[in-house]
Amino acid sequence: MSQSPACFDEMFDADGAVRPAYAGYREWLHGQDAASLRRKGVEAESFFRRTGITFNVYGEDAGEERLIPFDMIPRIITAREWRKLTKGIEQRVRALNAFLHDIYHRQEIVRAGRVPLRLIAENAAFLPQMVGLVPPGGIYTHIVGIDLVRTGPDEFMVLEDNARTPSGVSYMLENRETMMAMFPELFTKVNVRPVQDYPRRLAQSLAACAPDCAGDRPTVAVLTPGIYNSAYFEHAFLADQMGAELVEGSDLRVVDGRVAMRTTRGYQPVDVIYRRVDDEYLDPLTFNPTSALGVPGIMDIYRAGRITIANAPGTGIADDKAIYSFMPEIVEFYTGERPILQNVPTWRCSEKDSLAYVLDNLAELVVKEVHGSGGYGMLIGPTSSKKEIADFALKLRARPSNYIAQPTLSLSTVPIFAKSGLAPRHVDLRPFVLVSPQGIDITPGGLTRVALKKGSLVVNSSQGGGTKDSWVLED
Amino acid sequence: MLGRTANGTFWMARYLERAENAARLIEAGFRMALTRDATTSQEEWRSVITTVGQARGFEAAYGSDFAGERVWNFLLRDKSNPGSVLAMIEAARSNARSVRTALTREVWEAINESWMVLKDLLARPVREPLLGQVLATIRRQVTLVRGAFDGTMLRNEAYNFARLGTFIERGDSTARILDVKYYVLLPSLAWVGSSLDNVQWESVLRSVSGDRAYRWLNAGGIDPRGIAEFLVLDRRFPRSLHFCIDELRSNLFGLAHEYGHETEAHELMRGLGTRFHEATIQQVFDAGLHEFIQNFIATNQQVARAIERDYRFYA
Repeated sequence: MSQSPACFDEMFDADGAVRPAYAGYREWLHGQDAASLRRKGVEAESFFRRTGITFNVYGEDAGEERLIPFDMIPRIITAREWRKLTKGIEQRVRALNAFLHDIYHRQEIVRAGRVPLRLIAENAAFLPQMVGLVPPGGIYTHIVGIDLVRTGPDEFMVLEDNARTPSGVSYMLENRETMMAMFPELFTKVNVRPVQDYPRRLAQSLAACAPDCAGDRPTVAVLTPGIYNSAYFEHAFLADQMGAELVEGSDLRVVDGRVAMRTTRGYQPVDVIYRRVDDEYLDPLTFNPTSALGVPGIMDIYRAGRITIANAPGTGIADDKAIYSFMPEIVEFYTGERPILQNVPTWRCSEKDSLAYVLDNLAELVVKEVHGSGGYGMLIGPTSSKKEIADFALKLRARPSNYIAQPTLSLSTVPIFAKSGLAPRHVDLRPFVLVSPQGIDITPGGLTRVALKKGSLVVNSSQGGGTKDSWVLED
Repeated sequence: MLGRTANGTFWMARYLERAENAARLIEAGFRMALTRDATTSQEEWRSVITTVGQARGFEAAYGSDFAGERVWNFLLRDKSNPGSVLAMIEAARSNARSVRTALTREVWEAINESWMVLKDLLARPVREPLLGQVLATIRRQVTLVRGAFDGTMLRNEAYNFARLGTFIERGDSTARILDVKYYVLLPSLAWVGSSLDNVQWESVLRSVSGDRAYRWLNAGGIDPRGIAEFLVLDRRFPRSLHFCIDELRSNLFGLAHEYGHETEAHELMRGLGTRFHEATIQQVFDAGLHEFIQNFIATNQQVARAIERDYRFYA
C-alpha cells in the first residue's frame, strides 16, 4: 500500500495490519473477487442514475444533473469511538442553540467580553428581525450537521458546524440502501447500527416543535426552491420519506393569520416548515424583495408564534467561520464544561497579528472565506502554485476580515476501491443531529465524504469528492 | 394534495400520452409513405404535422417541403420544435420530478429511465433504417411507465388527476386525427371505393393502433362508416372518444367521491357524456361529422380548463 506515513489510516495500521474496527469487514472482503466487486460498482452507479439520486451543478454545465461518486468500501466507526463523538456533538449542539438564543436576546456572551460585538453587529448572517423573538419550542437550529475530521487514533476535531440547512442526509440513507442491496450477506456478518429510521425521527422531531395553534397531528411541509436547486433530490426524498408535503414558495400564502398551502381543496394551514430555502429568500416583505422562492408575510406569522420554521432564520450567525474560531469559548460559556470535541486551530485574518502570520505562511495553510461553503473560494497552500498563492494574498490583504486560516491537517484516510485495488483517500464525516424540546437525537453514522483524487484534501462533491456508507458498529 | 402537485401529475400524464400519440402518428405516416408515391406521401406527412398542430412551426423552419425524414426528425427531436417527442418526454419527466412525492418509486424510475433512454436514442438524427426501432422504443418506454403506474399507484386523487390528463390528451388526439381525415370517411367519397380510399382508411386506423382491433371486430371488412363509429362511439376501444369520456367521468367521479362535492368540470362532463350516450353514428353523420368532432374538441378543452380551475392548479 502506498500511504504517506504522516496520516492515520482508519483501516490499516502503520504495519499494514487491519485495525479491529475493520476486522469483520476485511474477512468478508477476502472472500470476494475483484471482478465481481467492480461489476457491483457499475450496478450501483446505474442504480443511482435510474433513481435520480443526482445533484445539480452551478456554473459550468449549469443545469446538468450529476452523480456523486459512491465508493463501496464502508467507513467504520467503533461503538466506543461513537460514544465519545455523540457526547461531544451533543454538547456542541446545546451550546449552538444557547448561543443563538443569547445572541438574539441579552447577548450575555458579548457583555462578558468572550465574543467581540463587531463579529455579531457587522455580520450579514445576523438578522435584526430575530431580536427578541422566541421560536416555537425555543429551538433555533433543529437540524444540524457537524463536520468532523480525524487526525489520529483518538483525535476527532470539528472542522465546521452546519446550523443553517445542512444537506447530504439523503446520501447517508441511499448509501446504506445501496450497500444492503449489493452485499446483503455482509450485514449478517457485521453488526451495523441502522440509520434508516432517520426520516421518521426527523418527522417526529419537527412535529415536536410545532406551534401551540397546531392540532394533535401537526402538518409538516418541506419548502424547496424547486427542481433546479442542487439539492432538490434530497428535498423530495425527505418529504416523501416523512409523508410530508413538498412545497414551493408559490404554494404558500398567508391566510387568516396562518401560513397556508394551496391544496386542491383550497388553502390549508401548515404548522411546521422544514425550509431548504436560504434566509434572505424566505420572505420578500422582510428580506430580499425580489425573492420568488419565499412566502410574503411569513415572518409576521413567525413573530406571532403561529408557524415553526426549521431551522430558524438567522442561525447562520452560529456557523459562520469567524464565529467558529470562538466555539471553544462558546461551549464553555453556555455549558460550563470543557469542550469534548476540539476545534481546528484557526487564525482570524481580521486580527493584525494573525493576518501577518497567515501572509507569511500561506504556502502551509488552508485559507477559507468566512461565509464560503462547498469548497468554493478557498486556498490550499501546499497544493497551490506560487502564482495562485500570490493572487490569493492580494485578495486576503484587500479584505482580511473575509478570511480565516487553518493549518493543513493530515486528515485520516480510508481505502477506496480503485482500479488498482484498495487505495487510501482522505475522508471527513458529517453526522446529522436533530434537536427538539424532547431532546437531541444523533443518527449513528452520517455522511462520509471522500476525496477521490490521490493526496487531495478536498472532499466536497462540487469539487469531485465522493461518498461512502458510514458504519457505527454495535457494541 | 397541493394544487401544484395535481397540476404536475395531470401534465406529466398529458405529455407522456402526447409523446406516445405522436409516435403512433409517425408510424402510420411512415407506413403510408412506404406504400405510396412521393406526392401522396408528402401529403400524408403534411397531414401528420397538421394533426399534431405543428404545421406552422415546421413551415417556419423548413418551408413546405414535407420530406419524410425531415418531418419525423422535426416531430421526434428538432431543437426548434418545443412540441417534439423528446421535449414532451423531458416535460413529463420534469413534471414528475416536481411532484416526486406524489408518485411511487417505480413510476418515477420508469419515467426517469424512459427519459434517459430516449434522450440517448434521439441525440442524433434518426435515419430511415432506424425509425421503426426508435418508434417502438418510444412506445415501449411509455408502456413501461403506464404499467408501473397501474401496478403501484394508490387509487387516490393523484391517480385520478394523472388519468384525467391521459384521457383529456388521448381524446383530443383521436379527435384531431378524425378532424384532419374526416373527409376520407364521408359517405360521398366512400362510394368511390377506390383502393386509395382503402389505404386512407387503414391509415386512420393505424394512427390510433386500431387496425387489428377493427378487423377483428369486423371480420376483415372495412368501411368508412364503421371506422368512424369505431373511433367515435365504440366504448370497448381504448382510444375511442367514448372510451376517453367514460374514463374521464369515472376519474372525475373518484374526485367527487373523495372531496364530497362536484365541480363545474363534472357538470360539463355530464353534458358531454349524455350526448355520446344517446348518439348513433347515423345522427353523427346527419349532423355533420366535422361539426361533431369540432364540438368534442372544444368541450374536451373546456373540461380540462375547468379541472385546472376547480382544483386550484395555478391559483
